[in-house]
Amino acid sequence: MNIALFLEMAADAAPDRIALVCDGTRWTYADLLAGARGAAALIRQSGVAHVALLDESSEAAVMALFGAALAGVPYVPLNYRLADADLGALLARISPALIVGDGARVRRLCPDATNVIVSRADFVAQAQALTGDAPVDADAGDDVAIQLFTSGTTAAPKAAILRHANLVSYILGTVEFAAAPEEDAALVSVPPYHIAGIAALLSSIYAMRRILMLPAFAPDAWLNLAAGERASNAFVVPTMLARIIEAMGQMVAKGASQPDLSALRAIAYGGGKMPTELIHEALDLFPTTGFTNAYGLTETSSTVALLGPDEHRAAHGSDDPVVRARLGSVGRPLPTVEIEIRDEDGRVLPPGVPGEIYVRGEQVSGEYRERSALDADGWFPTRDAGYIDADGYLFLSGRADDVIVRGGENISPGEIEDVVMTHPAVAEAAAVAIPSHEWGEAVGLIVVPRAGHSAPDEDELKQMVRARLRSSRVPERVLFADALPYNEMGKLLRREIKTLFAR
Amino acid sequence: MKPGTKLKSAACDTEVMVIRCGDGSIECGGAAMGEAKPEAVGTPSADFAAGTLMGKRYVDAAGTFELLCVKPGKGSLSVDGVALQVKDAKPLPASD
Repeated sequence: MNIALFLEMAADAAPDRIALVCDGTRWTYADLLAGARGAAALIRQSGVAHVALLDESSEAAVMALFGAALAGVPYVPLNYRLADADLGALLARISPALIVGDGARVRRLCPDATNVIVSRADFVAQAQALTGDAPVDADAGDDVAIQLFTSGTTAAPKAAILRHANLVSYILGTVEFAAAPEEDAALVSVPPYHIAGIAALLSSIYAMRRILMLPAFAPDAWLNLAAGERASNAFVVPTMLARIIEAMGQMVAKGASQPDLSALRAIAYGGGKMPTELIHEALDLFPTTGFTNAYGLTETSSTVALLGPDEHRAAHGSDDPVVRARLGSVGRPLPTVEIEIRDEDGRVLPPGVPGEIYVRGEQVSGEYRERSALDADGWFPTRDAGYIDADGYLFLSGRADDVIVRGGENISPGEIEDVVMTHPAVAEAAAVAIPSHEWGEAVGLIVVPRAGHSAPDEDELKQMVRARLRSSRVPERVLFADALPYNEMGKLLRREIKTLFAR
Repeated sequence: MKPGTKLKSAACDTEVMVIRCGDGSIECGGAAMGEAKPEAVGTPSADFAAGTLMGKRYVDAAGTFELLCVKPGKGSLSVDGVALQVKDAKPLPASD
């Protein structure tokens, strides 16, 4: 099956219903389908190998996504925040391409004459002017629907590919067609080049939940759009949630009127570690909103495990430390997905024992342009580290590549960070591997002191780790900083932290 | 027959996408479905006239067959004369 079928079904079921609101313009399902079909005609005429987007979210992202699907050409949304050299390298990897968006930058970085470059406005106008394309027909779904360059926090970006069959399996397994009441609306503020941004479009269109697109996230703009369009659902990364809550706090402090978020039934989050304190705060601040923590990767077509609204409330309100700790988990696997924890030799580990997270299911592509990472039985090694507790809840402890190997002993940064974070004067903490003559690697700890507190004593922090964990976990060096480096999706850039210790 | 095939009813407006399948005749309204729409469309037989619903998935008891309804109609679906059932999926919270 082809993912464009989802848009076609929605347009068949309710052509005149509003599908998308972006920058004040409203688009019906019929509008978007016509635009996707026109875009497909344009893509076919261009004879390109890829359809790329170098732009913020807009209706063009929807038309390019489904137009590329109809034309059978991979869609490659690009991260416009990348530095010139990095973006230029990616452009060279996808030429010849039809590239929608910042044409001047594309021409400057990649003077390849085979590329077809078109501005957002021209692309949308041409897509609307062109007609054509019969309904989606028989299609096994083996073609590549999407190629996403991974964020490359540890190495050069890899070209992850998702086939139609992967994405169709994810949507059919998680979303009921047209299940959303007409008044529902999902606020989408993640960028179009992130898997969550693509999954949000597919899920919302299949559920027939109106999409409220926020092209560039800012807390005030988010609050205004949520209130003005009565958003019922939203997906945020943890840093967005922190900034929204901060903005609401400032409104209270100024005595300004609060935006009306009474329609907001559900907030889903993912894409980075949610600070436990922040989620407790959010649960108090939005007492009637259901929170869902979603864990997934680009290579798994988005969500593979989730912690649902009831589980959030149960953990938030519980005195049982085991139940309360679940707020720090990413919940349980989807019914259509299998998850295992394995050791370095590939042996499956029992509950409670940390190792590498392996995932299997039809939505899991585990595939890159160059090679497939799936093993012989179809399992994808995520390179994420974690464990599953006795009740089946999955806990993440960072990237497998972030594990600190001290004298042959594997140390997860998360266990040290969790201990240090309990110190009242610590706002943020990160542990990384630093070179050690004696041990090969040792623990380096960087700490952001909490506002209004003086920096905690280094020896006190070391003593906390020694007392709660063991001596091998004690940081060899401790640095203090005003902030930790994150990418725009809230992912901690450990690579950059390591360079601070190298100075 | 293979996954991704689009089948049309010979007895009503129903169209389905094949998600998974095995050996057997996929029918709607009691008549075999085909990739082409017959020129003269009949009517569903009385035993298979409960209708299909847009976006619902239909499965057999063994889970060998799964069809996604992409156009609804008056006929109902069966494989070799045995009626298919709507797949009951536990609703999941929206995660993206």
